Amino acid sequence: MSILVLAEHDNTGLKSSTLNTITAAKEIDGDVHVLVCGSGCDSVAQAASKVDGVSKVLKCDAPEHEHPLAENIAPVIVDLAPNYSHILAPATTFGKNIMPRAAALLDTQQISEIIAVDAPDTFQRPIYAGNAIATVKSSDAIKLITVRGTTFDAANAEGGSASIEDVSGKGDSGLSSFDSAELSKSERPELTAAKIVVSGGRGVGSAENFAIIEKLADKLGAAVGASRAAVDAGYVPNDYQVGQTGKVVAPDLYIAIGISGAIQHLAGMKDSKVIVAINKDEEAPIFSVADYGLVADLFDAVPELEGKL
Amino acid sequence: MKILVPVKRVVDFNVKIRVKSDNSGVDLANVKMSVNPFDEIAIEEAVRLKESGKATEIIAVSIGPEKAQEQLRTAMAIGADRGILVQTDDEVEPLAVAKILKALVDKESPDLVIMGKQAIDDDSNQTGQMLAALLGWAQGTFASKLEIADGSVKVTREIDGGLETLALKTPAIITTDLRLNEPRYAKLPDIMKAKKKELETMSSGDLGVDTAKRLETLKVAEPAQRSGGIIVASVDELIDKLKNEAKVIS
Repeated sequence: MSILVLAEHDNTGLKSSTLNTITAAKEIDGDVHVLVCGSGCDSVAQAASKVDGVSKVLKCDAPEHEHPLAENIAPVIVDLAPNYSHILAPATTFGKNIMPRAAALLDTQQISEIIAVDAPDTFQRPIYAGNAIATVKSSDAIKLITVRGTTFDAANAEGGSASIEDVSGKGDSGLSSFDSAELSKSERPELTAAKIVVSGGRGVGSAENFAIIEKLADKLGAAVGASRAAVDAGYVPNDYQVGQTGKVVAPDLYIAIGISGAIQHLAGMKDSKVIVAINKDEEAPIFSVADYGLVADLFDAVPELEGKL
Repeated sequence: MKILVPVKRVVDFNVKIRVKSDNSGVDLANVKMSVNPFDEIAIEEAVRLKESGKATEIIAVSIGPEKAQEQLRTAMAIGADRGILVQTDDEVEPLAVAKILKALVDKESPDLVIMGKQAIDDDSNQTGQMLAALLGWAQGTFASKLEIADGSVKVTREIDGGLETLALKTPAIITTDLRLNEPRYAKLPDIMKAKKKELETMSSGDLGVDTAKRLETLKVAEPAQRSGGIIVASVDELIDKLKNEAKVIS
């Protein structure tokens, strides 16, 4: 049995989501191969070959993979699929975009965002914004799966010595092309991989006020997150959003500030090890999931907390 | 330009769902049902394209029980011109949904399919991408902005690192993210008008699509519950707890 993991990367290095996905592949049990589709992506293939537990890296280095377009990557997966029992990708916007396209081309019903491997054909996945957990068994010959990174530890990035094999691209589909990107630049840790996350909600009140959230985050070496309400109100960009439709995080410490705790938000953070809530409304649902709640005006409490740390 | 908009009947997003005691599924008896919120955004976007003169006809499609007519009427009240219900009482998986939609696209020849990025019941986030694959069309997933041109569409996508803009050849599939638009509330006269709009009903068999399930649900369980925490009285107590009890900061 061989398992193929589709690597998420930026043509220079592997994204941490790839390491979590490799761990899920190891739990299914089998030879783990990694597919790197990119352009000038040799350093990524090298990095993937060093990941503990990876036995082979397939490098598809072609100009049409400079940006990860589903229309160009899915056919590469389809070509390789007959050699594999399982094909996995991270359940990030990267994997969620590409994998179902490959699954449909293979006439396979994908299993989305698994959180546990029960058997090689049986997996657990959250439904209804994480308010229920379904255990599903697949009857498809090849299983296409996306993996929620927060429930699988990152594989060790060192210790492996896999071979690297070139595979050829399938050319440019001509259906879609990259136009531009506006990527958030930040010195802070990546939201989904951070040990500490400090998030702000509508209670923060404005984009300017978000500076107090950021100041606390910087003091703690934390990533900054936000509720949907704060993103919709324009306080912060969309990629800060934690929740059912944003990012799922599970840090050691999650500090929710001025966040009421809608179901959609809780779905994205309730697996954090320790949750702190600071909110002036003592009835806020966020307190029902918080290990430590502080009923206080955030404009007093947050600067005080930042000052005393 | 003709636009097809699939809409799914799902448990209303405000309902706190309950897992059945025999772990066979989620209890849907007497629960408020609505249009999947992402699909509502898709209808709104299609209606705006029609209002701005870019679209000529909007067809809303639902796959589900007889009662999914309610969701099609909602879509028509927002502004869809007609509705098609592919009636079934079975649970239809995303791949089969995509196959049904492909059969309808072959029949109706729309220039654009706009649909929700995921349904808030099974949270699969697959159908749009699968439909694009089956049709051999371009896909613009998780869209927060659309710009229609001749023979192409520019779509801005919400991705993990920020925003990305792609140019797609049309016909194409668009899946909606939250910030594409804010759907309107249908006004009473529009709700009345929607009752008179054409609603066609058919079965998946009529379309020649096999909807046999590939996934067997063995169990549906409650997620692990967090035990309730404590309320601290001050910032000092909070810092003390985080340092000495939870040991998550030093």
